[in-house]
Amino acid sequence: MSQAAAIDQQRVTDSQNAEAWRDPWSLPLESLDPARAILFKENVHEEYFRRLRQDDPVHYTANSEFGAYWSITKYNDIVAVDSNHKVFSSYKNIVVGDAPDEFYSPMFIAQDPPIHDVQRRAAQPAVAPTQLADLEALIRQRVCTILDELPVGEEFNWVDRVSIELTTQMLATLFDFPFEDRHLLPYWSDVATATPSTGRSDVTFEERNKVLQECLNYFGQLWHQRKNEPRKFDFISLLAHDPETKDMLDNPMEFLGNLILLIVGGNDTTRNSISGGVIQLNRAPEQWEKLKANPALVPNMVSEIIRYQTPLAHMRRTALEDIEFQGKQIKKGDRVVMWYISGNRDEEVIEEADKFKVDRENARRHVSFGFGIHRCMGNRVAEMQLRILWEEILNRFERIEVVGEPERVLSNFVLGYTRLPVVLHAK
Amino acid sequence: MPKITFIEFDGTAHEVDVPAGGSVMEAAVSNNVPGIDADCGGACACATCHVFVNEAWMDKVGERGDMEQSMLDFAENVRATSRLSCQIVLTDELDGLVVDMPEAQH
Ligand code: HEM
Ligand code: FES
Repeated sequence: MSQAAAIDQQRVTDSQNAEAWRDPWSLPLESLDPARAILFKENVHEEYFRRLRQDDPVHYTANSEFGAYWSITKYNDIVAVDSNHKVFSSYKNIVVGDAPDEFYSPMFIAQDPPIHDVQRRAAQPAVAPTQLADLEALIRQRVCTILDELPVGEEFNWVDRVSIELTTQMLATLFDFPFEDRHLLPYWSDVATATPSTGRSDVTFEERNKVLQECLNYFGQLWHQRKNEPRKFDFISLLAHDPETKDMLDNPMEFLGNLILLIVGGNDTTRNSISGGVIQLNRAPEQWEKLKANPALVPNMVSEIIRYQTPLAHMRRTALEDIEFQGKQIKKGDRVVMWYISGNRDEEVIEEADKFKVDRENARRHVSFGFGIHRCMGNRVAEMQLRILWEEILNRFERIEVVGEPERVLSNFVLGYTRLPVVLHAK
Repeated sequence: MPKITFIEFDGTAHEVDVPAGGSVMEAAVSNNVPGIDADCGGACACATCHVFVNEAWMDKVGERGDMEQSMLDFAENVRATSRLSCQIVLTDELDGLVVDMPEAQH
């Protein structure tokens, strides 16, 4: 168990009313600390944000295991902070907790212009529309193989067999990574994200360093190989050939940081949208019926799945100057957390926000991908992946039945599942 | 009421009449003109309302703003005539405006 989680558990056990933390309405407003990882694992975070949106939409938590921080909980306020990169900086932490120095590696999601801009521009062609059109047939073929190998009428863990496998194969494609070694990618991703700053740290510092060094060595070899070959549209080749990033290998920490960004960015997020969709459609069987009756709803449903799941609960900024925001005084240096999971439930912008609706109007209007210059670079890949998956599921199965309680990840950042037991029913 | 013509990538033209005061993006969305996603609803924060302004109208629509420029930096197929249509406010001066749509908003 991580230290943060241990403290949380302790707090829970020690408190007079051991269950009080589960009900934010019973706690003093100023004491609300929505960044505790346990809230997300136990799935009680929704009420915290409902209360904050209602009673204190721009909320200050003075004491937390991550230090003091602001919570931005309303949709429009999140858009305003996310698109004001001059005041709200991404450097050098984008999650609520500061990474300890020994864990720090620069990556463009945690940079401001101009570094952010040149590095993003170098990597972006890997996920450009023409490139995606070329990848679609390959991804569909892989989706079909994975689905065709699943047992019917027998319980298995959807997370392992589908969500992780599919996401891993997609990542391997985007890196043009040796297919037989592809399982290294989610392994590195898991180790890289096991840091105390998101309330999740079950790997020691030494272990983490050792594993990330292996990751660096492996990609270093790919880099040398791609550099000597003509430019192709995978992440490594693009970075190795772009005039702005061609020397990135000389700064191994920066190379590693950006690798982690590209691996992690596409990994947990897409994985958990894949699992989340299955759970949502089980909870709302009438929505599944609606979808089966009209498969043309798939693209719309994909946006709705991503809104409903909100695979990344938050992104954090640091104020570069004092600023008055919605009547509150944010000071230079303050941590400002945009809670996407809360913005996506904001009834002022999203009607019946707690409901999952495959035919929701304006389904693309959600904050799961963020906004502004850091808006998710891989959003169209993620959408394509989910669209193909659901098209092929509809072709094959009558129903995916969830047969046990899903297990959730302990994190205030990644919202997702480690276990989702299901049984497939044949058409 | 200014009239605007949207020309899809395949050449299909859509003419719409809209009251002054709104944006070109809103004119398209409220009249069901396909080809504009407008994921952020007009906050200049998503770049999925990208259009190419017809040369003849470039002076009248004005300059890109700072944030608009930053967002266009990461859009695909940007040209000198590229604008984010949520950032062009309709005035009677823009009556007759013609804009072309890119192949896709991503
Ligand atoms: C459903 C799936 C996904 C979700 C919910 C998601 C979410 C996000 C969010 C919230 C951000 C930060 C936005 C901000 O700060 O305003 C982001 C940035 C990013 N994402 Fe995604 N993501 C997903 C899939 C992917 C995939 C598949 C890739 C790559 C293959 C990817 C690569 C990136 C990169 C590189 C950034 C940094 C962009 C920048 O700083 O300019 N993401 N994503
Ligand atoms: S609608 Fe998002 S930038 Fe115009």
